[in-house]
Amino acid sequence: MIDILTKNLPILVVLCPLITSLFVVLIPNIFFSWILTTLSTFITFLFSILLYQEIQIQSHISYALGKWMPPIGIEYIIDKVAIIPIIIISGISFFATIFAYKIMPEEIEKKSISKVYSLWLLAIAGLLGLVTTGDAFNLFVFLEISSLASVALVAMGAQKDKQALVAAYNYLIIGAVGATLYVIGVGLLYGITGTLNMEDLTNRISDLNNNKALIAGFGFMIIGIMVKAAVFPLHIWLPRAYAYAPSAVSVLLAATATKASLYILARILFSVFENSEDLINNTLLYVILPLSIIAMFAGTIMAIYEKDIKRLLAHSSVAQIGYITLAFAIGTKASIAAGFIHMFNHAIIKGGLFIAITSLGFFIQKRITINNLSGLGRVMPITFFCFVICSLSLAGLPLTAGFISKLYLIKATISSDAIWIAILILISSALSVVYLWKMVEVMWMREGRKIVIKENPAIYISLIIITFFNIYFGFDASLVVNGSFEAAEKLIGDLK
Amino acid sequence: MISSTIGIWNYWIVFCLMMIGLFLVIGRKNFLKKIVGLTIFQTSVFLLYITFGKIKGGTPPILNESIDSIYSNPLPHVLILTAIVVGVATTALGLSLVLKINSEYGSIEEDDISAQDLVDYHDDIETGKSVDLKFKQ
Repeated sequence: MIDILTKNLPILVVLCPLITSLFVVLIPNIFFSWILTTLSTFITFLFSILLYQEIQIQSHISYALGKWMPPIGIEYIIDKVAIIPIIIISGISFFATIFAYKIMPEEIEKKSISKVYSLWLLAIAGLLGLVTTGDAFNLFVFLEISSLASVALVAMGAQKDKQALVAAYNYLIIGAVGATLYVIGVGLLYGITGTLNMEDLTNRISDLNNNKALIAGFGFMIIGIMVKAAVFPLHIWLPRAYAYAPSAVSVLLAATATKASLYILARILFSVFENSEDLINNTLLYVILPLSIIAMFAGTIMAIYEKDIKRLLAHSSVAQIGYITLAFAIGTKASIAAGFIHMFNHAIIKGGLFIAITSLGFFIQKRITINNLSGLGRVMPITFFCFVICSLSLAGLPLTAGFISKLYLIKATISSDAIWIAILILISSALSVVYLWKMVEVMWMREGRKIVIKENPAIYISLIIITFFNIYFGFDASLVVNGSFEAAEKLIGDLK
Repeated sequence: MISSTIGIWNYWIVFCLMMIGLFLVIGRKNFLKKIVGLTIFQTSVFLLYITFGKIKGGTPPILNESIDSIYSNPLPHVLILTAIVVGVATTALGLSLVLKINSEYGSIEEDDISAQDLVDYHDDIETGKSVDLKFKQ
């Protein structure tokens, strides 16, 4: 029994939320549908932890779906790289589900809640499938499963604010164009290599140096994934989608959705095309590096001038994605490891910030703006305290998780003789303090409405856990750092 | 030169359709027309895949041991069956969103909607409380 379980873990991680999503929709009761969703995400989280332990022993698991042997059949690959996004997605989705219990019925009418949970699980299944699959076309299918489910989830915010519909529409159109571009790329690669399996692609590409169809296919794939990962300037869908989605959905999407796509970006750059070195080096130097640096500043400056808080956090996400892609763009082992460290830390930071801000804004009618928040920090001290810790972590103060990722990022830039990039990173982090302080000031220093709000443990329990992670991984980051370095070594291997 | 250009006329059609679709998505302000563009764009990719799979003089890929013939690649067709399903789902979701937008805003023109949104956003920021449905006709 245990043996069968461990053998099939790679597919069980994806199947568990996928199958329960079909049952959740049938349950009319809010409480029971929530219980089933929580159970399903918890089991998925357990599976991913088991998978983590399995990876420590085997270091590479290849799972042939339906016993059709790769490269003909669809292969699921779990290695030391893939395990990082799997842990992030399954962990954060579990905490976000706990958080959703109280907040969901406030924003969405009762009869559609079980359907929302069904979409919720579908989105999680799509994201997990995205990172486990080793087949380029299967990846597209999961990309669309997750993005269509997230679009529908964002559109559920329309009961609070009708702009959610436009946000969801834009997300759908831009996302679908991105996914279609990715499919064109896969098609071109299939046309010249005759395979869809990623490992097989790597081997066959090495014989085709400077083939024009190869370069075109690579370009289409990268652009398609960059749209999904919201790399500047293809991030245009992100601020609106995060701002108008229901609170719980914002938490889930902000912490997980772009991480999966960033992982795919890293895998395409460093694993699938590892043999066409010139192509990759040029892409990193002339496309991804400049875009990441612009993203770092554009995101931060947009956040400084923004007054809608959820949009502000979304703009800050664009800047943080800039840090991650910047780390990939430098392309040494240390910098790619720094990218993965920041990917993990950003997930817990942004998850925490979005939970804190949406529970602070729980009593605000429609839109959480900077003026609305005044004095709320004193009314809700526990939530406010966690918010401050997560903010400090985002700014990169020592003893928080954010500091560790900035430290390794700057170390990596300096060791590859790019001091000016290190200086730019420091300037951008310093600027991020401006918008974080703006929020803290308004919440704590200003006089607010005289209201008494009793904080609900059901809401802040997951916030406290995530905040604890923010501090814990600031003190003892060895788990994340070692995992990321192993991942980076696996990705670029003996290349550098 | 000419024969090789005309010889790949399938690809010319594919790329013309692709550009028409992409232009509609980017250039049109009407939400419904954008979806039409998206569908054309996706369909052009389907054609691209089908073209890859065809071999000149190839037979249908049916297992037959007596005839040792060249056959077309069946895999792209199967992939496209999946992609068609995804495309239908995208279109359906998009159309239902357009319907909802029309009933909420009373328009599906991007300019009208962003004007309404801007007024809405401005009111929220300035007054600090939500002004619901103020400019809805």
